[in-house]
Amino acid sequence: MSDATLSPAAMVGTTPEQLTTADGKPLKQALMRAQSHARRRAFLLVAPLLAFILLTFVMPIGQMLHRSVHNEGFTWHEDVASGQRTPIMTNLSQWFDQNELGTEPDEAAFAALAADLIVLREVKAAGQAGTRINYERSGSRSMFTKAARRAQRLEAPYKEAIVDLDEDWLDPDLWRVMRDASSSYTANFYLAALDRTKDADGNVTQVNENRQVYVKLFQRTLFLSIVITFMTFILAYPIAHLLATLPLAKSNLLMILVLLPFWTSLLVRTTSWMVLLQSQGVVNDALVSTGILADDNRLEMMYNQAGTLIAMTHILLPFMVLPLYSVMRPINPSYVRAARSLGATSWTAFRRVYFPQTVPGIGAGALLVFILAVGYYITPALVGGADGQLISNLIAFHMQNSLNWSLAAALAALLLGGILLLYWLYDRLVGIDNLKLG
Amino acid sequence: MALPTHASRLERIWHYTYLTICTLIFLFLIAPILVVIPLSFNAEPYFTFTEKMLKLDPTGFSTRWYDLLLTFGMTDPEAPRGWSWWTDTWSNAAWINAAKNSVIVGLFSTVLATCLGTIAALGLSRPEMPGRRIIMAILISPMIVPIIIVATGLFFFYSSIGIQNWGIPYLGVILAHATLGIPFVIITVTATLVGFDHSLTRASASLGADPVTTFMRVQMPLILPGVVSGALFAFVTSFDEVVVVLFVGGLDEQTIPRQMWNGIREQISPAILSVATILVLISIALLTTVELLRRRSERLRGMSPQ
Repeated sequence: MSDATLSPAAMVGTTPEQLTTADGKPLKQALMRAQSHARRRAFLLVAPLLAFILLTFVMPIGQMLHRSVHNEGFTWHEDVASGQRTPIMTNLSQWFDQNELGTEPDEAAFAALAADLIVLREVKAAGQAGTRINYERSGSRSMFTKAARRAQRLEAPYKEAIVDLDEDWLDPDLWRVMRDASSSYTANFYLAALDRTKDADGNVTQVNENRQVYVKLFQRTLFLSIVITFMTFILAYPIAHLLATLPLAKSNLLMILVLLPFWTSLLVRTTSWMVLLQSQGVVNDALVSTGILADDNRLEMMYNQAGTLIAMTHILLPFMVLPLYSVMRPINPSYVRAARSLGATSWTAFRRVYFPQTVPGIGAGALLVFILAVGYYITPALVGGADGQLISNLIAFHMQNSLNWSLAAALAALLLGGILLLYWLYDRLVGIDNLKLG
Repeated sequence: MALPTHASRLERIWHYTYLTICTLIFLFLIAPILVVIPLSFNAEPYFTFTEKMLKLDPTGFSTRWYDLLLTFGMTDPEAPRGWSWWTDTWSNAAWINAAKNSVIVGLFSTVLATCLGTIAALGLSRPEMPGRRIIMAILISPMIVPIIIVATGLFFFYSSIGIQNWGIPYLGVILAHATLGIPFVIITVTATLVGFDHSLTRASASLGADPVTTFMRVQMPLILPGVVSGALFAFVTSFDEVVVVLFVGGLDEQTIPRQMWNGIREQISPAILSVATILVLISIALLTTVELLRRRSERLRGMSPQ
């Protein structure tokens, strides 16, 4: 603040007058203005990127979250060619508004259904509406397509006419599902993602035991990720220690062995493991030719959990080595020497003196590996087989094969929630500024 | 790590056991990557070493899988190898086209990520940046959020705005890959800016340089190694990315990873191994470049004497 001048009165110290800059502004204000100017300039530099990330990353994820609670399969039809939107199932949804949950569907309800079926036939939306109901009650899609085909010929009394087509139209569970689906917003996909459903009275219950897949898959994902994190720790600790204690020139050379996998394409690494682990692959061949294994007794190491575990441990290992190394490098070796000279055995010196100093690195590495492992997709998809799949693979399955996009979005939202929690923890404990890439 | 002369026998044994364990772990790290290189020269369509290969018999090796990379998808692979054969390869071979697409997507997304990321890193490294922590967390998050979630979100987003009807090829994939590459640029550039002496910019300003001149003549040369390694990271990220391409890429937007993915899922042939070998060689070259840049950056900033 070289341009700040003191007024003569303040110099003498008689009247406590404000400090001002050369052009007469109060110093405090001028400083505030300069600071806010600097803040604005810093922010303006970041703003373009922030806008870009909001547009290409945050908004798509927001849209996905919206999709997980919003499904128009039973409320609106959009024509693919013209893009024209038609409301569907309007009569039925009116009936649902007038009658509360648990009301026996009467003639009026079936009349509304018949009128809606005609609309479905006109705009060719029976498959779409049936699919939406099918998500929650299997076998419903064909009921809708069949009923819509005959919609024109249905005559009063509608209840009998429709039940004539299929007895299942009386099923109270079907009516509960249609009631839920008749509003575009629903939390039912989250229930489904947690193996829960609603019964005919709207109470949340567990689905049949043989259809409980998602909770088990979340558990398996957690379990495998913990095992992988632990294995990377076991493998990374010794080599990080070796790298940290060798002279820099040597350790930099050895570091290349850690960084090269890090820079190699994920698909290449996964392919290599497929080559190695196949039943006719390199590892099995080597074991057979050395006589350790009989030829008809080859190890099954791929297309199962073992494949996922081995390949992912290898792929994530560098993410454990690097944080450990950066914590171990600055540890002063004289601490351990002091412990030894005070009579500690080398094991005690390691356990009581060296190891506690590496705990921050273990935490950083373990969190990072765990976060990355929980969301892994490519490797389990290629080497995991049936029981080595993780939750990401199921999300992909619902996106590409079953086309139940809302369920995929709900599963993804649950996974995202867990990841963000861990990410927050990582930022808290380690700080993202400390993330290092080699 | 040298063993002291007074080490007891037990300590000696442990020391050598420890070194053996470390060697095995290093082997575990590196062997799977190197094993594809000899296997890609296999004369037989197997994924294991044949007896001939183990005896180093030259007939056990061939470059037929590399040749297949050039001929696969050609209109007339049997033609004599002259000018027209090579033009046919260049315009029709499936792997060559995938490589072209990968390079186009990689270059554009890298340029986008590097420009935006570098400018933002400059802002983020200023001490007066408001809300630094939360903004940093948002900008790094594309690296943390599982790729399948990003791909799912982009699939919904792109179909709702109809990006494929805009008539710009690869646009969706390029934007997505730029997003995925940005965290790497931010991390590497902010890391080089940590040791940056801000009195240099003030000195430059006091000598009459405007902010742009200061950036180009003072800051840029100093942070350039970080920018280049960030760009390389971003390029590799794009060059290796398959899930987003699968979800939002058009049918004709085949990239190398997508072609590999299809190859592995359908009928894995040793041709995949020859692609893998080429990619391993590329990654060795990139790693060397980044390592050299890192040393240069440390030397420029006088951080380490090596």
